[in-house]
Amino acid sequence: MDLNTKFTPQSWPDHPETATMEAKNKFVGFWLFLGGETVLFATLFATYLALKNSVPDGNEFRTETLFELPLVFVMTMLLLTSSLTSVYAMYHMKNYNFKAMQLWLAITGFLGLGFLALEVYEFYHYIHLGFTYGNSAFSSAFYTLVGTHGLHVAIGLVWLTLLILRNAKRGLNLYNATKYYTFSLYWHFIDVVWVFIFTVVYLMGVVG
Amino acid sequence: MAHDIEIIEKTPAEFEYKKRRSDRLMRSQLMMFALMIFMTLISFAAVQAGFSAYFVIPVVLLLAAVQVGLQLYYFMHMSEKGHGLVAFFMYGGVLLAFLTVLAFVTIIWW
Repeated sequence: MDLNTKFTPQSWPDHPETATMEAKNKFVGFWLFLGGETVLFATLFATYLALKNSVPDGNEFRTETLFELPLVFVMTMLLLTSSLTSVYAMYHMKNYNFKAMQLWLAITGFLGLGFLALEVYEFYHYIHLGFTYGNSAFSSAFYTLVGTHGLHVAIGLVWLTLLILRNAKRGLNLYNATKYYTFSLYWHFIDVVWVFIFTVVYLMGVVG
Repeated sequence: MAHDIEIIEKTPAEFEYKKRRSDRLMRSQLMMFALMIFMTLISFAAVQAGFSAYFVIPVVLLLAAVQVGLQLYYFMHMSEKGHGLVAFFMYGGVLLAFLTVLAFVTIIWW
């Protein structure tokens, strides 16, 4: 069977993301990658927790005084909502509704872009205050952890844009269904990491 | 590569069944989303309310763990069939993550 075969909603398989051997391999391989990503972020979280508030004498930048929760709250809501919109996109993917899937993915992308813009603003604000990467062990650990997550969001946005544009004329088939599906897994994983960042870094930081 | 795929046309009844099933899944996912928003609000509110750190920290960590479980099992479909290897990879990753964090917060003291 040619991978570019056209389907109808009636003939579209129940699990298009694992319908071919190639798709099954990508599915398993991508989850293995996510398991590895879990360990990557664990090392960064561990470093952050070990070095939290480790600042030289006379350095006033500590979690209690630096972080502002309203901004973090808005960022959390944006990313959490973008997780839901990518669920909507996968709902339409399973129903072979290509246009609706693309639309919901585009909305996901804009929400992610909003999140990233706020994060850039936040870092800019901190650096303006003097809380730079080399300010203290705490600042380096903070920027590395939160920045690596931000980098993941940025990579996800590039990936999403390429997916949407590259398949715009092709439509949905068994070749790209799994590509869309793995993107949605990646996006949910980014949200999973953020849940721990807003809890461990910001909420626990404000509490002290 | 994909020679083992045959295209099966669903009967109207089967198609109707599939649609209903995916609508039901969507509704449960929407409910889980509402739950996640609710838990996020509680976390932020608990911190803003200024309770003792010994109370707030366990609560927000627990809420984060539950939220992540909902993401994995409902949004990333780990509750569905054919996710045995997936669970192995993720629980392996989580175990290593736990050990790493535990080691860093207990052994390093400077």
